[in-house]
Amino acid sequence: MCLSIPGKVIEIDGIMAKASVGGTIVNVGLHLVDDVRVGDYVLIHTGFALQKVSEEEALETLKLIKELQDPDNQIY
Amino acid sequence: MKFVDEFRDKSLVLELAGKIRKISKKPVVLMEVCGGHTMAIRRFGIPSLLPSHIRLLSGPGCPVCVTSRKYIDQAVAYARRKDVIIATYGDLVKVPGSTSTLAGERSEGADVRVVYSTLDAIEIASRNPEKSLVFLGIGFETTTPSSAIAIKEAQKSGMDNFFLFSAHKMMPPAMAALIDEGIRIDGYIGPGHVTTIAGGNMYKELAEKYRLAIVISGFEPVDIMQTIYMLVKQIELDKPVVEVQYRRAVTASGNLVAKKLVNEVFEPRDDWWRGLGILKDSGMGIKSAFARYDAEKQIKVEVEKTIEPKGCICGEVLKGTRSPLECKLFGKTCTPSSPVGACMVSNEGACQAFYRYGD
Repeated sequence: MCLSIPGKVIEIDGIMAKASVGGTIVNVGLHLVDDVRVGDYVLIHTGFALQKVSEEEALETLKLIKELQDPDNQIY
Repeated sequence: MKFVDEFRDKSLVLELAGKIRKISKKPVVLMEVCGGHTMAIRRFGIPSLLPSHIRLLSGPGCPVCVTSRKYIDQAVAYARRKDVIIATYGDLVKVPGSTSTLAGERSEGADVRVVYSTLDAIEIASRNPEKSLVFLGIGFETTTPSSAIAIKEAQKSGMDNFFLFSAHKMMPPAMAALIDEGIRIDGYIGPGHVTTIAGGNMYKELAEKYRLAIVISGFEPVDIMQTIYMLVKQIELDKPVVEVQYRRAVTASGNLVAKKLVNEVFEPRDDWWRGLGILKDSGMGIKSAFARYDAEKQIKVEVEKTIEPKGCICGEVLKGTRSPLECKLFGKTCTPSSPVGACMVSNEGACQAFYRYGD
């Protein structure tokens, strides 16, 4: 039910947009998000964009995993 | 970056598995409370990557599963009216009520339509002005804004035939209720998309009051493994707090536009959860200012007496106190194609996850 998938916005027409989800084009309502532009990734849930997906944060998350250094953790 | 493949990187998953093994000493019980996590954990075989002293439980995170039979029975009663069109998300049509399902009613001639979005429901209502359209609003914090948008759209266009039958619920009261019941949970794998809307701060009180580790997680294998690492680390250090692993979509304060909209249209009310009973302020009812769109207030129906299925342990499965494999009906009289209880119907239910992907 809470399934949401990232899609790339390819067209915006007022409050509605079209987004590509792995090549499939879906209609997306932009009622819940501000400042979305063509090219942005949004999380799509029941036909609405819930949030812009942050590339910066995604890269940071992956970087954090790669940087996990056990010696930094005193208890181990 | 496509935000999917990068988080399915096998080498990262295995690296995280190694790191978890290295730091994990205490036996821990971690629960997820999102149907998306239930499925992802089984589908990607996450338990097989963890040491045996880390137990993963599925909680009450499947909206269809926690919804009462009475709600289904009332939806069936609406469907039986000739002047009503039911619009619903697909999950709900096969969920057994006491004596029928929405799919069963459809085969008897009821007008039950599966929609992808509440805007589709609005569209159907506008094309059928002589009928009342009842949209079955089910789901947690993630889905409630979609229902709020529909009510606002109906109001904007002056529609008088759109009605919402709300079963919307909020997650934190259920997370607290499990601990209050004495179920041992050391940490929660927090629901990613619920928190995209609600914000990580929503769990602060819960984490502090119960000394719970809570990490809000994404849905890909790397996300889930990193979340488990973060939870184990908190527990080993005995410093339980709220952390966000799913940073690409979740902030501390959530989606303020969505929250404002929800607060305008809905207000908390006591609600019933399968397995947990009535929880204070855990549901979302429609505010009186929008009562003209409230199916419960505007369309009166006789609802049949609720009959619960014999032998089904869905309620206990939803609390993590029993495994689907302990159910005598599992895989025998209860399968996804012929489900007895809601936990087997929904593609987010723990029983269906175990049926499809194994233990």
